[in-house]
Formats: sequence, C-alpha cells, structure tokens
Amino acid sequence: MTITVNGAAVSLPNDPRVSLLDLLREDLHLPGTKKGCNQGACGACTVLVDGERILSCLALAVQFEGRSVTTIEGLGMPGALHPLQAAFVEHDGFQCGYCTPGQICSAIGMAEEIRRGVPSHVTSDLSSETIALSRDELRERMSGNLCRCGAHNGIIDAIAETFAPKTALAEAAE
Amino acid sequence: MTPFRYSRATDVADAIRQSGDCNTRYLGGGTNLVDLMRETVERPEALVDVSGLSRDIEELPDGGLLIGAGVRNTALAEHRSVRTRYPALSRAILAGASAQIRNMATVGGNLLQRTRCAYFYDDDGSRCNKRLPGQGCDALEGFNRNHAILGASPSCVAVHPSDMAVALAALDGVVHLHGARGERSFPVADLHRLPGDRPDVDTLLEPGELITAIELPPLPFAARSTYRKVRDRSSYAFALVSVAALLDVEDGRIRDVRIALGGVAHKPWRAFKAEEVLRGGPPRAAAFTAAADAELADAKPLAGNGFKIELARRTIAAVLGELAGETA
Repeated sequence: MTITVNGAAVSLPNDPRVSLLDLLREDLHLPGTKKGCNQGACGACTVLVDGERILSCLALAVQFEGRSVTTIEGLGMPGALHPLQAAFVEHDGFQCGYCTPGQICSAIGMAEEIRRGVPSHVTSDLSSETIALSRDELRERMSGNLCRCGAHNGIIDAIAETFAPKTALAEAAE
Repeated sequence: MTPFRYSRATDVADAIRQSGDCNTRYLGGGTNLVDLMRETVERPEALVDVSGLSRDIEELPDGGLLIGAGVRNTALAEHRSVRTRYPALSRAILAGASAQIRNMATVGGNLLQRTRCAYFYDDDGSRCNKRLPGQGCDALEGFNRNHAILGASPSCVAVHPSDMAVALAALDGVVHLHGARGERSFPVADLHRLPGDRPDVDTLLEPGELITAIELPPLPFAARSTYRKVRDRSSYAFALVSVAALLDVEDGRIRDVRIALGGVAHKPWRAFKAEEVLRGGPPRAAAFTAAADAELADAKPLAGNGFKIELARRTIAAVLGELAGETA
C-alpha cells in the first residue's frame, strides 16, 4: 500500500482514520500544506492529486493508494520557485502566508480545468468550448480558498498574470 | 473520530456483500461523511469504499443518459451532453460547494449528503432528533433562518443541502439501487423522505442498499432549463432558496413545465402544484406568480425564516420569466 508524494513512493498509514493532510504534515514532515478549518471550508489544505485539486483534510489517506500527490513543496522551493509562486511575491498575493500553499495548488489545478474547458457558476454560455479568463471567472473558481488577510486582489493579479498570457498565446496560435 | 475498518469494493456485488450490517457506510468522495465522522455525528464501524465503482456516463439508445453513482461532480457538470441537453444539472452542480469539493464528491454521495443544520452537527451541545431520535429539536425555537418552510414537522425543520438533487428532481431523474434483495429504481424526487416523526431516516434506502446510477430520461425541452440559487454570498454557500426549472412553450401556451425547489424542505421539493397551474396557460409573469403562490400556499414560516416564502415566490417567477424569454 503506497502513495506517491512529490515523486517519491511512501507507505500509507495503518490507521484508516489518518487524513491525507495529516499524513503529509505529521508523518511525512511536509508542513507546507496547511490545516486551517479541517472541515472543508477554507481551502488551506488544497493539494493536487494526479493534477486535480482536492481538499486533503476531507480525504482519508487510504483512499489514495497508487495515486500521485503534489504539494507546495513539490511545485517549487526557495531558489527554484514555480512561476506562480514568484507572481504571488511580485503582486503581494499574501500577508501572513497561511493560505498561500493552498491558493497556489488550487490555482494550478484551476488552470488545468480552464484548459479542459470546465465551465463555472459564472460561465454564461455552457456550450462554449473555451473559457474566457476574466476576473469574474478567476474569482469564482478560486472561491474555495479563503484569505483572512484579504489579499484576494493580489492573488487574482498573480494568477491572471501567470496563466492569462499562455491562454492568449494559445489562442493566437490557433 | 471513532475507529473503523476500511475496505475497498471491487464491484457492486462485492460492495453489497461487504456492507453486512447497518453500521457500515459506503464511502464515496468522503467530503461530507469524513467531516461527520470527525464531529462524531456519524460513527460507522466499517467503511466500504465504492468511490472507484460506476464512474461512466453512458448515452442511452432512447436519448437519455445513465450516470454512474461514482461519477465525480465536476465530471458530470462538464460533460458535453449535460451542458447542452440538461443545462440545469450543470448549473446546479457548479453552484454547489467549491471546485476542490466537486472534484472529490460523487453523484451518489451528493444525493446522500446530510443536512447542514448546525444543531445536527453539534454533537456535544445541542438536541437533535435526526442525530438522536427522541432527543428534541433545538432548531425549532433556535436559529432557524436557514430552515424549512415546506413539509417540516415538530420533530425536524432541517433542509436537504444538495443543489444537484434539486436539478435531478426537476429533470425527472431516476435513481437505480442495488441491494441484497435485488435491484430497484424510483424517481429521484421520491428518494428523500419528509421528516415526520422519523427525521433520523433521510431516504427510502434500505440498510446496505447502494445507489449505482442516476438515469435521465430523454427530455428534449430540458435544453431550455436552468438553475438559480439565492444565497448569502455569491459563491461557496448553501442555498437559502433555489429553483430548477424547465419550460416548454409552443404557440403562446405552456405545453410542459418542471419545477423543483431547494433550501426549503427536508428533500428536494418538486413543485407539482405550480406545474399544474401553469400547464396549458400563457407564459406570462402573472401566471408565474400565481403558480408560485399555489405551491407556497402551505408554506409555514419559523421565527427566523419567513423571508424565504417571499424569496421563493419571487425566485420561481423570475426563473420562469427567464426561461420564457422575458427579462428577470
């Protein structure tokens, strides 16, 4: 029974009560993923599983046997930041930083959803194949990640800068 | 969280075999059940993981859709046939929870999620007949702004929290079940019970019975359907009132209509009375309001939620107006 975390295979816990979040933080000593509310309301524990964003606090680790988990530590580290991490610094996308790893993992999962054409609550035309990367779309899609410092404007700026140019380039190439 | 055994079902028959007694729960995405277990509201002795089963969406020969119970909420909302032929369903799912939760949550688990009544969750400090039958209901005289206006009882005034289920009820969805005694199916609108004096029983499911699929019938006029959710903030909040509706207008008359309400009752509330008032009549604002009034005639407010009656009335009329092509 193993799970892959940031590229390394690790053993799953014997006790099925252990959440994916506690496995990451307590057993694997990867404290980047944060425990905010521990009840699925704040998004601070967001990680990527096979590229999809999920809440690790509501996930029992045993359910994820054989899956590949990416945490903030797997995205970038000091000296080798992920472009979105650098953009968060540039745009003041945080104050205390507690929600930041969840925000960044969530935004990376969101970018893949947009690439796939997944609609959102504010998408006006459900039949459209492409999603406009508007501020309203970004805010709605990031609404599962709360920031109590109120850095949401900087967060959206960072995400827009990191992902919008690529989308524009992709459209120009078509 | 109390200790439990965990096992993974290899197929539906295996899941039912493993379910054993009624103190076993099936585990889907876990987004509600794990939370309830952490709060000790749910204390199963065993979890049978069915999240890997029934993950396909199948186009049926009759033009309908068969949705596996293990399909994730995101996968259902983004499915091309759902977006174009049953848009109310995509809209309802996308109005619920957050993207992270929709990526985890299964269709079966969404239907079987439990009320978010704060007194139900408060295992240490509150009385709740749904959590502990016979204990009493602290919501009845407590903070009941979010609670039911239709079909409630002195035992329970909780509401069902699902958005998806409201759309499925309006779309004539059929739920398919497998159990030790075989297979059966019935309308999604009949799956959930009214509380009566047994609010601890949410649905008509027998112990050990497993939802395997939801069937959507071919409903050509469902292409003209939508879902509107009214809530305290514009995202990531449960409904105060929601409306799913389909409208079929021909030659200035309403040929057919389906309406279901969320946030108002212990179950997704199919508005049969309103539909009856509308059929054959003109698609006009006065008719929409009259239909809403007919449905809400039996509505009973609690101390904190009287606003929901007027809110439901206006939301029903606005959604029907939108579908009829009027500005709303």
